[in-house]
Amino acid sequence: MPLSRREFMLRGGMLVLGAGVLGRPTLALAQAPTDQRLFVVLLRGALDGLAAVVPYGDRSYGDARGDLVLPEKALIHLDDLFAMNAALAPLADLYHQRQLLALHATATPYRSRSHFDGQDVLDSGASEPHSLASGWLNRALGALQQGEAIAIGPSVPLLLQGPGQVTSWSPSVLPGAGPDLLARIAHLYEADPLLSRALQEAEMLQPGGPETMATAGEPGARRGSQAFESMMRKAGELLSGGSLRLGSIELGGWDTHVAQGLDQGRLATAMQRLSAGIDAFRQASGPTWRRTAVLVVTEFGRTVKGNGTAGSDHGSGTVAFLLGGSVAGGRVIGDWPGLAQDQLFEGRDLQPANDLRALLKGVLAEHMGLSEPVLNDGVFPGSTSTPAARGLFHS
Amino acid sequence: MALETAFHAATRFGLGPRPGELEHVGKDPRGWLKQQLRSPSVPDLVRIPEEERSRTRLFGRSARAAGIGREEIARVYRDQSARRFRAHVQTDRPFYERQVMFWSNHFSVSIQRPVIAGLVNAYELEAIRPHVAGTFKEMLLAVARHPAMLLYLDNAQSVGPDSRLGVRRGKSINENLGRELMELHTLGVDGGYTQHDVIALARILTGWSLARREGAVVTEFAFHEFMHEPGPKVLLGRTFDQGGMEEGIAALTMLASHPSTARFIATKLTRHYVADDPPTGVVERLARAFLDADGHLPSVMSALVDCDEAWQHPLEKLKTSYEYCVSTFRALAYEPDERQSLGSLHALDYRVFAAPSPAGYPDVASAWAAPDAVMKRIDWAYTLARRFERYVDPRSQAAGTLGPVLSTGTRQAVAEAPSPAEGLALLLVSPEFQRR
Repeated sequence: MPLSRREFMLRGGMLVLGAGVLGRPTLALAQAPTDQRLFVVLLRGALDGLAAVVPYGDRSYGDARGDLVLPEKALIHLDDLFAMNAALAPLADLYHQRQLLALHATATPYRSRSHFDGQDVLDSGASEPHSLASGWLNRALGALQQGEAIAIGPSVPLLLQGPGQVTSWSPSVLPGAGPDLLARIAHLYEADPLLSRALQEAEMLQPGGPETMATAGEPGARRGSQAFESMMRKAGELLSGGSLRLGSIELGGWDTHVAQGLDQGRLATAMQRLSAGIDAFRQASGPTWRRTAVLVVTEFGRTVKGNGTAGSDHGSGTVAFLLGGSVAGGRVIGDWPGLAQDQLFEGRDLQPANDLRALLKGVLAEHMGLSEPVLNDGVFPGSTSTPAARGLFHS
Repeated sequence: MALETAFHAATRFGLGPRPGELEHVGKDPRGWLKQQLRSPSVPDLVRIPEEERSRTRLFGRSARAAGIGREEIARVYRDQSARRFRAHVQTDRPFYERQVMFWSNHFSVSIQRPVIAGLVNAYELEAIRPHVAGTFKEMLLAVARHPAMLLYLDNAQSVGPDSRLGVRRGKSINENLGRELMELHTLGVDGGYTQHDVIALARILTGWSLARREGAVVTEFAFHEFMHEPGPKVLLGRTFDQGGMEEGIAALTMLASHPSTARFIATKLTRHYVADDPPTGVVERLARAFLDADGHLPSVMSALVDCDEAWQHPLEKLKTSYEYCVSTFRALAYEPDERQSLGSLHALDYRVFAAPSPAGYPDVASAWAAPDAVMKRIDWAYTLARRFERYVDPRSQAAGTLGPVLSTGTRQAVAEAPSPAEGLALLLVSPEFQRR
């Protein structure tokens, strides 16, 4: 596993050359120069899609979700079936401005429930985990044969790894471990009194105090939770000028096994963080926004029913967002499989009725101008039976 | 069981396994350790080119005259300290290197006296490292004659009141080195010496100082008869009246083989290698080995390796910040550059050769587990993990790094982490990885 110093050194406040220096692959015929931008937000940890775009109109919703049913005041209605979680209010605004669409009941072809493997499939664009060493966005960069790509953050995700040259940017001081990671560590330290006591005392000293660890109640309370917003603002700035056309960022905090919360709590905090970041990105994009598409995707969904600790476990179908100045938005697309017990995947998860690759391919086809053969052969190999979605953008 | 022993060999006695190291240690961990004792280890990275060394031989006025200022000395210190760190990350003789670290800390010198910053790495290279494969006495004599120690504990300026210089200038002794040689380096604070003995040893060591060249002091050892206190001195009931440098050599030789010294060294070694509260059985075996072998250090370490109890109390020790950084980079098989080396230590508030007192860095867990320090490890590990996640599958890294001591809790936490970065961070901050 060779690791070049340059890659390790992804240092703050500057652009550093990242992945491969092998030059561009000759994946496809030359494409026309593009002025379009695509930015991918990877939600790491598996977003509870049913808590983000809530199928309040499904007649099984109440029974199916039980304790996880959101109160009416936490919903912003989108149509007769779906409502946006109020913690995602800026996304609801974009929906009503017809600049955002949601694809519900979606997933990659991956059906087991490991984060790492699920993220590998999401990023690589393959059908199986660990079968491709590069990411679909990097291969798309190769197919574009022009423009550049950037990873916002301390490392280049698999999504952007590959032969195409990728730059990266991250703030000079990375945010420290957040409440979710600290809670996992605290659990790990239960068997080690010395470390456990030290961590508890350190938590007491944190701004916001120890309660932020258990509930993550207030956004922006501690440990760099503003970092995502400022990184998104920077991403918007970087992509609005120059030759950058593709980019990505990762955001954690979605693995809500415990105390996921309804209209407030862990999950709402994460959603507010995402909303603030999307807002910052859009504002920083300025006039480029109308040529920009943002995809918000996650590795899989969560169980329909809550678990015994007021959270949800790893599931299957979830929601994905596409937003941007020229998106034909104001819609929730995809087949809706329903939430009745016999409609669930393996009796527990939202049925992944809509292959996420259709959306990804659709964006690359319509927005970035890649041809169907290029998408089928190089970018999403083995996806011929999943054609690109059409009509995602205003022509 | 065999693998677990290999793990302890690599972790408790070494610097933490690099990938493949446990297989290399194999079925004979005691043999793997002992063969590292046979000859001095001098990694290329810690060698100091004569050109660089010669610049740090100048001192005070002569350094200023040669245009060597504080910045130049700081650069030497940083370069050499980073090279040492990198050598520890790379070494395939980690047992030897851990001993070098142990003895450097036992005979601690510190840049708390900034004037020696250019010398601290040379001190380890010249006075400590060669003698890890030799005797305690030779190490003690080398330490007491090294300019870094003579400056750090003020003996360079210690003058016998009845010496020629003392009489002419009205100068007198400085007890600092005499005291610490007995309290910290040989007998131990309860080793049976008195204030009279401190004064006697200080008088014996007058004249152990720095050379002069062309009228300027240079940082090379020299014995100056004109500073040496004449006449007999009584140390621990024995009279020393050899005169000259021989007097000090005889006194240090006596201290080096004193039963209190054997016991003190055995206690510190046991605390370092086995447990914060050193088991008396191990201490007694090492003290006996020390005396039986006339302080031959490889024999003492062999006795430690052969002592079954030294392999018990698993994961009792908490890694120091330095050990934690070194073992992390070893586990990841990554070779940090200077900035990454010192930056990592800095992130954990650690500076090399900067112990707060002549007693060296503390060697018990409580000193390294302050709340702020634990949080800094977490933040550093998470930062590093985010930079490494694309190269590492945390699940296989956990199995490879922690092998037989990987707990169910840690294995699950790593596997269930919401991202590879968090999985890797959980591995690196787990109790098993923070301990040895």
